[in-house]
Amino acid sequence: MSESVLRIGVVYPEVLGTYGDTGNATVLRERAVRRGVPAEVMTIGLSDVIPSDLDIYVLGGGEDTAQALAASRMREHRGLVEAAESRRPILAICASLQVLGERYTDAGGREVEGLGLLDVVTRPRGSRAIGELVERPLLAGLTHLLTGFENHGGGTTLGPDAKPLGKVLVGVGNGSVEDSLEGDDSSSVLYEGAVQGSIIGTYLHGPALVRNPQLADYLLAEALGVNPGELAEIEMPLVERLRSERLEAVGVEEEN
Amino acid sequence: MTPKQSRGRSLSARARAALLAGLGARAASKAMGRGAGGMFGGRVALRVNPEMIEDLSAGKRCVLITGTNGKSTTTKMVASALSAVGRVAGNLGGDNMQTGVATALMVGRDAHLAALEVDEMNMPDIAGRVSPEAIVLLNLSRDQLDRVGEIGTVEKRLRDAVNANPQATIIANCDDPLVVSAAWDAPKVVWVAAGAPWKDDAVSFPRTATLIERHGDDWEVEGDGGYRRPVPDWEITEVFEDGSFDLLGPDGTHTPVSLSVPGRANRGNSAQAIAAAVAMGVAPIRAARAVGAVSGVAGRYQTYDVAGRPVNLLLAKNPAGWQESQTAIPSNAEQVIVAVNAQRADGTDTSWLWDVDFTPLRDLGASCIIASGERAADLAVRLDYAGITAEVIDSPFEAIFAMDVAPVQVLANYTAFRDLKKEIETARAKSGSGGDSDV
Repeated sequence: MSESVLRIGVVYPEVLGTYGDTGNATVLRERAVRRGVPAEVMTIGLSDVIPSDLDIYVLGGGEDTAQALAASRMREHRGLVEAAESRRPILAICASLQVLGERYTDAGGREVEGLGLLDVVTRPRGSRAIGELVERPLLAGLTHLLTGFENHGGGTTLGPDAKPLGKVLVGVGNGSVEDSLEGDDSSSVLYEGAVQGSIIGTYLHGPALVRNPQLADYLLAEALGVNPGELAEIEMPLVERLRSERLEAVGVEEEN
Repeated sequence: MTPKQSRGRSLSARARAALLAGLGARAASKAMGRGAGGMFGGRVALRVNPEMIEDLSAGKRCVLITGTNGKSTTTKMVASALSAVGRVAGNLGGDNMQTGVATALMVGRDAHLAALEVDEMNMPDIAGRVSPEAIVLLNLSRDQLDRVGEIGTVEKRLRDAVNANPQATIIANCDDPLVVSAAWDAPKVVWVAAGAPWKDDAVSFPRTATLIERHGDDWEVEGDGGYRRPVPDWEITEVFEDGSFDLLGPDGTHTPVSLSVPGRANRGNSAQAIAAAVAMGVAPIRAARAVGAVSGVAGRYQTYDVAGRPVNLLLAKNPAGWQESQTAIPSNAEQVIVAVNAQRADGTDTSWLWDVDFTPLRDLGASCIIASGERAADLAVRLDYAGITAEVIDSPFEAIFAMDVAPVQVLANYTAFRDLKKEIETARAKSGSGGDSDV
């Protein structure tokens, strides 16, 4: 942590905040503050330079035109690239996952160059994946099922440097069977998200950190340089209720 | 039935047959208890005569009203203001597709004027059929993303309708860049500063795909083209403590306006309704008086008495609506129920709750807030993170009874609102009391 206050950056919410994903920053701030860690949310607008020294970065989903605008600004300002190089935690949702990849093709067939921070390529799937998404996490340190809502037209293929965030139990996820892990005997297994270095990319809306407090705490622990287990427990029975309601709605039971 | 000769044109035999078939179906639909009979009658008539809307609107002076939020209220206001000039047909029940428009024209076939609420995506089709004298463009923001298309598609539809109807005067909200983009080419346009506090969906200008730069209330578009906020012909200069306001019109005329419906958004809606009525030949002061008399629209601002509690219902269908509706809750409110469902008509993704700033609700300082509806848990978690402690009671109807016998404010999204209203009305019918009596 660079200063005594944990600084959470929301990048370009005007264009990457269409699906409620800026809520992820609110959750991070509150979960820090409720543990006695002072935290603030910094909004980085399209006309601002992205600082490279924030403690956590949160990027959300957006529509096609907005997404292309965000991609072009991010390529100009290297702040996010530098932040990734110094392994600062970055959470990239949906359109941002695509923008942080090598390149993506939008619904209109336009190919847009990405930031190249994630070894992924995204192409139109042909139909939109819309609905509840549940996955079993593959990232060490996460044990609870991940739940959210997906709404994307792109299918994302992972290269060798990126690893999926989870294995899909309900929903579409990355929407490409090509990214099945080597050695996995079932070729029909679907994966979701992309993890590389300090970046977690995912299609989970809801927002993701609202429904998955363990993922929120994982990011906080990374930013604070501690083990997630060292963070004080926060009692939020409503969040537990929300999780079980959402899992129950798609016929999945919490696993532990 | 005698076809009306006064329209300067008699209905064809086919149109007459369709009209009779439709009216019969409407009566049957009403008798069967299928709502106000709006859709059913129109559907039958349109099947018999697909050109029903063209035939019935011929000779009528039509105003079309569209936009994401405020359509029904504004349509009622326009209809009320136009009644100063003559009989007005209107789809005041909120059926804003072809069938609802057909029914309204059928029922109001003797009217000289029509105030028609039109669904955004159906504007090119319906405008092409009725050849409107005026079109009111209110505002555009995202509705539910898993259900309706992206906002750019909607703007393009409105732009097509504007460009295909050069005869129409466009009454457009100059504070909304998406509306301005749609209206930009119109040969006759009246700009109204109706306000557009929800800015999240107007980031880039559709005509240029470049950024919209905002400076306070003013805005301009980055890059070439010279696109910027037009100078308003109508604007609200001053809002008084009681919510009444001064409306400055063209030629420097000042009109006092006092509304029966609450909230900032309705002041903007009323300004556009008055501007539309004036464009149709109504004197501003008469239009203002008629608009001021408009109260509850399809129960949206209705007050019910539920076992001694005055219950005030507010409907908000999308993020912009939720932001605006919080300003319509009286500042002295002590008991508030917020209710959210996520059925298909509402949008099944509740992520949008995090795009709404709930500070106005928190700042009310109400002593009791209940989160309710099928997605009460999502809502309660959202409110918790906004620093609002809410009790959870899944059924909004039961939540009312959990409140003290004192005024209750209910803010609900579409199906939560609809179902609660039905429950209140059913309970009232069962108790055998009519009118405004207790449940």
